[in-house]
Amino acid sequence: MFAYIVRRLVLMLVTLFGISVIIFVLLRIVPGNIVDILFAAAGYVDPADKANLERELGLDQSIVVQYLHWIGGLLHGDLGYSYVSEKPALDEILPRIPITARLAGLALMFSASIGIPLGVISAVRQGTRLDYVLRVVSLSGLSLPAFWLGLLILMASVALFGTMPIFNPNPKTWTEAIAIYCVPAMAVGFRSAALTMRITRSSMLEILRQDYIRTARAKGASEASVNYRHALKNAILPVVTVIGIEAAFLIGGLIVTETVFNIPGVARFLVEAIRWRDYPIVQNLVMLIAVVVVLANFTVDMLYAALDPRIRYTD
Amino acid sequence: MRSVQALAAAVALSLLAVSSIAVAGEPKQGGILRIYHRDSPGSASIHEGATYSINVPFMPVFNNLVMYKQDVAQNSTDTIVPDLAESWAWSGDHKTLTFKLRQGVKWHDGKPFTAADVKCTFDMLMGKSQQKFRQNPRKAWYEQVNDVTTNGDFEVAFNLKRPQPALLALLASGYTPVYPCHVSPAEMRTHPIGTGPFKFVEFKANESIKLTRNPDYWKKGRPYLDGIEFTIIPNRSTAILAFVAGKFDMTFPTEVSIPLLKDVKTQAPNAVCVVEPINVSTNIIVNSSAPPFDNLDIRHAMALALDRKAFVSILYDGQADIGGTMLPAPAGLWAMPKEMLETIPGYGPDVNANREEARKLMQKAGYGPDKHLAVKVSTRNIPVYRDPAVILIDQLKSIYIDGELDVVETANWFPKVARKDYALGLNLTGNAVDDPDQSFYENYSCGSERNYTNYCNKEIEKLFDEESQETDVAKRKKLVWDIDKKLQEDVARPIIFHGRAGTCWQPYVKGVTVMVNSSYNGYRYEDVWLDK
Repeated sequence: MFAYIVRRLVLMLVTLFGISVIIFVLLRIVPGNIVDILFAAAGYVDPADKANLERELGLDQSIVVQYLHWIGGLLHGDLGYSYVSEKPALDEILPRIPITARLAGLALMFSASIGIPLGVISAVRQGTRLDYVLRVVSLSGLSLPAFWLGLLILMASVALFGTMPIFNPNPKTWTEAIAIYCVPAMAVGFRSAALTMRITRSSMLEILRQDYIRTARAKGASEASVNYRHALKNAILPVVTVIGIEAAFLIGGLIVTETVFNIPGVARFLVEAIRWRDYPIVQNLVMLIAVVVVLANFTVDMLYAALDPRIRYTD
Repeated sequence: MRSVQALAAAVALSLLAVSSIAVAGEPKQGGILRIYHRDSPGSASIHEGATYSINVPFMPVFNNLVMYKQDVAQNSTDTIVPDLAESWAWSGDHKTLTFKLRQGVKWHDGKPFTAADVKCTFDMLMGKSQQKFRQNPRKAWYEQVNDVTTNGDFEVAFNLKRPQPALLALLASGYTPVYPCHVSPAEMRTHPIGTGPFKFVEFKANESIKLTRNPDYWKKGRPYLDGIEFTIIPNRSTAILAFVAGKFDMTFPTEVSIPLLKDVKTQAPNAVCVVEPINVSTNIIVNSSAPPFDNLDIRHAMALALDRKAFVSILYDGQADIGGTMLPAPAGLWAMPKEMLETIPGYGPDVNANREEARKLMQKAGYGPDKHLAVKVSTRNIPVYRDPAVILIDQLKSIYIDGELDVVETANWFPKVARKDYALGLNLTGNAVDDPDQSFYENYSCGSERNYTNYCNKEIEKLFDEESQETDVAKRKKLVWDIDKKLQEDVARPIIFHGRAGTCWQPYVKGVTVMVNSSYNGYRYEDVWLDK
């Protein structure tokens, strides 16, 4: 097990190195840089001014030198400066992480706490009206784009209550604090909850047909015990995998949700940074996301062993 | 007795009514004005930007030497008032403009304002100082300024190479604040220091910009507000919904499109909304240095094919203006009369006849029903650019031109235009001041950095200089009309229309004036107050 963990950690480092190269090269392949954008915004191109600015930002250096400069800084905890705000990249990124982390955590919690129980109910009540209703709801969750759902929630909120849960860094009341995070979390977590529900349902249906479930029933175990102690415990593995993958996919949903609900988190900041070709911000943020995804995958793999005693990692 | 009592009651009531009106009309101190901002500005330095996304939040931090009177909607020479300058005077030969400066004014960091700051600012703008701006998009404005000299701490003179009466208009623009000598351009981009009614508090990129009242403002009793908070909301739907829900006191100026305005009026019927010209023209840039548009006949045919009313009706529900280079009347001061405009090919009311003539020109150039001319119509990948480009392509079909839309990301647009890598482009041109000097020299002068098409006509160039030096307004106007007509006839940069846009605010916001002939000059906010 220890050797496996070490091997996985080494593999993670190699993966992150590969990602760093890919991000760096891809960013430079995209046409235009911050200097082009600044001059586009100013509506003129002065070759001398442009060259000066490129020199000032180090964009005149070769791609290899730029890469080494970035990685060297990263290893020393220096993430460089944002080209746009001219502030340290770390100061720009750090305050935004808790906002997105809170939103992502709530969305995942919503996804699991709604998706798993509804999936179980749907499987146990297979073929009933309730099952059909839940399947339609889950299908709508998979079909509705997060930005559309978000806008719909905002419009309904304004029409029904005359107000809307727009982000406020200093909420005045608890209800406001809950609303500014929970409503967007529900909007972004709806799709994920629907997916979790469908996976839970199909996994449960498969398990419920197993001989040992029949045996448990024959031995007089209660329905709740059969469904949750015997069936769900064995059906949960694919669900955990999906939630792990969803955690990685969540960033895509968060980009639109943070934009629609105007939440100043990492995801929206990343989009803006890409728009400005703010390389230090984009590179570091994508690396951060890569680390989160790689760690999430690692955690899911470790959870397998914890959840299913039959799984053992060996050399 | 009863009638006396009734009379007394009536008098008392009417007095009460009069006094309450007076109280309601009296500006109140206090309150934070909440506005949403359409995007995150690249920096806080007005001099280094060319978008009013910077002017709107940061103009209240500064003062100019002179400015356009903030409660008059139409900017003109008559509405220029003293700001940091107490007075100004032209020399007899109109080659020196001298300003007497206000004394006792302090920068927000407590240092005194002097003539040296004015010299510093303009030396930097002219590229004459050691400190440099990262970008200096309006350097050309000061082409005729030889140097700026000081006489003591409170007098400064602009010495010109030749008379240029329009210089005062340029100095009154929101684009021309005075910067402090002791603060570097880099600091001004992130933490601007000014002398204006509001002090800079913080600028969180993509999040918010906060300003607070300057208690030491030299204009006593101003500003009325305790501060201004701009929340950055790039998503237009969210921003409008938030305004409707009362989360904001005001929309971002001139950012409400005509269709959205209808939504606002339905959902927030009490909101005060105005639709005004923004002095931004939608135009066509033509690469006349390469085939096929090096052929004047094809350029003329294209100009004749335009149905401007269709653009205005489809995109603006009829609420936009048709004109030449200069902003059309009544908002614009320099527009040629309608009768004159209609004599220009393509501006006549009979679109079918124009297009018939255009087809003949195309046939003369070798194109016809069996041989269409295929061109790419390049434009920025932004709706205000893209939408008219699609209509243009549709209209060009009527004269055997098959256009293909070529959308270009913003980062690549100007480099592409600068290297002449286009045949036809759809472009938007904004004007900081409603003055021909700014518009003509910037967009049509030989060698100007913003003359994207490289249109260069020495005869016209002479006329530019002639109008620029003319001190008689009536004579200058006539010259401007002739130049504008010639520019349209030369198909230098065919103007399709001049757009309008809406601004809304809650009924308790008072003292707001939306400028009608520029979107860059009316954001000092020192006269704005909240009636609640």
